[in-house]
Amino acid sequence: MSNTVLRMEDLTMQFGGVVAVNNLSLEVNEGEIVALIGPNGAGKTTAFNCITGVYEPTNGQIFYRDEILVANYPQGKMKKLYAGENAGKYTKVVSRTPDQITRMGIARTFQNIRLFSSLTALENVLIAQHLHIRSNLFGATLLSQLSFVKSKARQEEEHMYQRARELLVEVGLEQYENEVSGSLPYGIQRRLEIARALATNPSLLLLDEPAAGMNPQETRALTDFIVEIKDRYKLSVFMIEHHMDLVMSISDRIYVLDFGKLIAHGTREEVQNNQRVIDAYLGVAEDA
Amino acid sequence: MKQKRYLLYSLVLAALLLAALIAIDNSSLKSSMLSTILQKGAIYALVAVSLNLLNGFTGLFSLGQAGFMLLGAYTYAILTIPVEARSSVYQYFNGGLVQFSLPVVVGLIAAGLVAAFFAFLIGLPVLRLKSDYLAIATLGFAEIIRALIQWNTLGPITNGSNILRKFPTYSSLLFPFAVSAVCIGLVVLMIRSSYGRAFKSIREDEIAAEAMGINLAKHKMMAFCTSSFFAGVGGAMLAMFQQSVQAKYFTSAMTYEILLIVVIGGIGSVTGSIISSFLFVACSEWWLRFLDAQHYIGGVKVPLLRSGFRMVVFSIVIMVIVLFYRRGIMGTNEFSWGAIEKFIKAPFGRKAREEERKKVTTPHE
Repeated sequence: MSNTVLRMEDLTMQFGGVVAVNNLSLEVNEGEIVALIGPNGAGKTTAFNCITGVYEPTNGQIFYRDEILVANYPQGKMKKLYAGENAGKYTKVVSRTPDQITRMGIARTFQNIRLFSSLTALENVLIAQHLHIRSNLFGATLLSQLSFVKSKARQEEEHMYQRARELLVEVGLEQYENEVSGSLPYGIQRRLEIARALATNPSLLLLDEPAAGMNPQETRALTDFIVEIKDRYKLSVFMIEHHMDLVMSISDRIYVLDFGKLIAHGTREEVQNNQRVIDAYLGVAEDA
Repeated sequence: MKQKRYLLYSLVLAALLLAALIAIDNSSLKSSMLSTILQKGAIYALVAVSLNLLNGFTGLFSLGQAGFMLLGAYTYAILTIPVEARSSVYQYFNGGLVQFSLPVVVGLIAAGLVAAFFAFLIGLPVLRLKSDYLAIATLGFAEIIRALIQWNTLGPITNGSNILRKFPTYSSLLFPFAVSAVCIGLVVLMIRSSYGRAFKSIREDEIAAEAMGINLAKHKMMAFCTSSFFAGVGGAMLAMFQQSVQAKYFTSAMTYEILLIVVIGGIGSVTGSIISSFLFVACSEWWLRFLDAQHYIGGVKVPLLRSGFRMVVFSIVIMVIVLFYRRGIMGTNEFSWGAIEKFIKAPFGRKAREEERKKVTTPHE
C-alpha cells in the first residue's frame, strides 16, 4: 500500500443530472505508467479535472500517497439529485485549489495545449518554478534583478534560470529557448508543455492526450520521451491517450472507461482481449 | 560588448535629459507651456505604467485608477497641510480633525499605502470577477469614493466638497521626474522578477497558471495593490502639480484618459506608456491648442477653427491610431537600443543590402 501514489475511491462526478464519472476507483503505483482509455465523452478528462482540483467531485475520495487529496459527498440540492452509487459512504469534505495540488507534487498537461503562448519557451519553464519561490514580493522586486548585490533573492533568481535552461537541455528544446512558445511547431509545443509541468518538480505527472494531433513518427518520439523522463525524474505517470500503439507500448496497467464507468482494467494483454473493451470501441452488432 | 555600448547610450541619453530638465528649470521656460507638459507628462506616465501593470501585464481590466489617484491625492493633502494653515483651509469645519502634518516624502508613501489598502479591501470581493465585470466594478468603486469624499459628514477630515490647498508642493521641475523614475523603475524590476512572470502567466492563461501552482487570488491581489499604490503616489503628485485638490476633478474621464495612454502606448509596454503619456499630454494641452482659436490666412478666415474644435481633431487622431496601429506605438515591445540600431542601419547598412540581394537571387529558400 505504501507505494501507491494516487488512489481514487468511488469517485463520482455529476453535472446537474448528468453523471460524467460514475463510481471510479483506480490506483497508480510508484514508478508506473498507467493509462486511462475510453471512447470520446467517456469521462476521462473529467476524472483528471477532479484530481487536479478543477472540478470538485460529487462523491468519493482521492488519496495522494497517504493523504486525502480531495473528498466530497452529495450535499445541498445534490443530495436529492444524486444518481451515482455509494451515497452515504463518505462524510468527509476536503477541497483544494489546483495550485495547492500542484504544490503537493501533481503536475499536468492539457488536452488542448495551454502554453503561455506569447511568452518564450524559457519563460514558460521559469513560471512553473515560481511556486517554490522563497523570496517575497519586496525582496524579489528590489534584489532579484541586481547582479552586483549577492542577495538570497538574486541567487534564487539565478538558480531558477539555471534550472530552467538545464531542463530545456534535458528535454532537447534548448534551441527554442528564446522563441515565442505560441509560434513553435505543434510537436515541440507538446514537449514544452511537458517540460513546463516537470519544472514544478512533480512526483506524479498527469498527461491529457499527449499525442493528440501527432503523426506516427512524432508519436514514437513522444513514447520514448515519456519513458525517458519517467526514469530520469523518478515519476509516476498517469495518462489519457487515444493512440493505442503508444498506450500498448509503454503502459504498465490500463483502465478503460465507458460512459463514466470503469469497464475493464489490467495489463495490456488483459485489456486487449477483454470483450467489453472491444465492444465499447468497435460497437456491438445489433443482432448479436 | 554590445550590452556595454547600450548601457553607455542609456547613460548618455539620461544625462542629456537631465541636463535639458535642469536647463529648463533654471531658465524662463520654467513657467512656460513646455514645463507644464513635462510635469504633467511625468505624473501621467507613472499612473499609466501603474494601470499597464494591471491591464497589460496581469490581464486584469480595471477602471478604478482615478479613484486610487483621488485617494492618494487626498491622503497626501490631508496629512501634509501645515498645522498653522489648517484653520483657513478647513474654514467650514473648525480647522478639521487632523492636527499634525507629515514631511513630503512620508506623505507620498502614505498616499500610496492608503490607496493600496483600499485596493486590498475592494479586491477581496471584486478580483473574483473577470474582464468586463471587473472593469464595471472598479469603475463603480471609483465613483463611490469620489462621492464619499465629498460627503459633508466626513468634512472634518476631507473638507467635504471644498478645495484642499496650502499643502507643500515642489519647486523644482526635477521632483516629479525623480519620483516617477524611481516608481517606474520599481515597477520594471517587479515585472522582470519571478512575480512579474507569474503576473504575465495569469494574463496568458489563468487555468494553466493555476495548474502550474500559481495562487491566482494572491497574485491578482499583489498586482492590484501594487498598481493602486503607484496610482496613489501619482495622484499625490498630481495634487502637488495643481497645488490644490478637489474630488470633483477625479472623474471617470480621467481614468479613460489614462487608459487611452496605455492603449496608444501599447498594452504591455512600459516604455510605450511613458512615451505616449508625454505625447498625449502635449497633444491634448498644447500642440492642438491652435485649433481652438480663429485664424486668418491672407484675410480669409480658416473654416472650422473655433473653440472646441481641438477635441474633434484629437478624437479623430485617436480613432486613426486605434484603427491603424491597433497594438499601439510599441505593441508589447520595450524600447531597446538594439532595435534602434537595426532601424538606422536597415536602409543604409551594407549588411542589410547584402541580405536584400540574397533574398532577390534565391526567392525560394
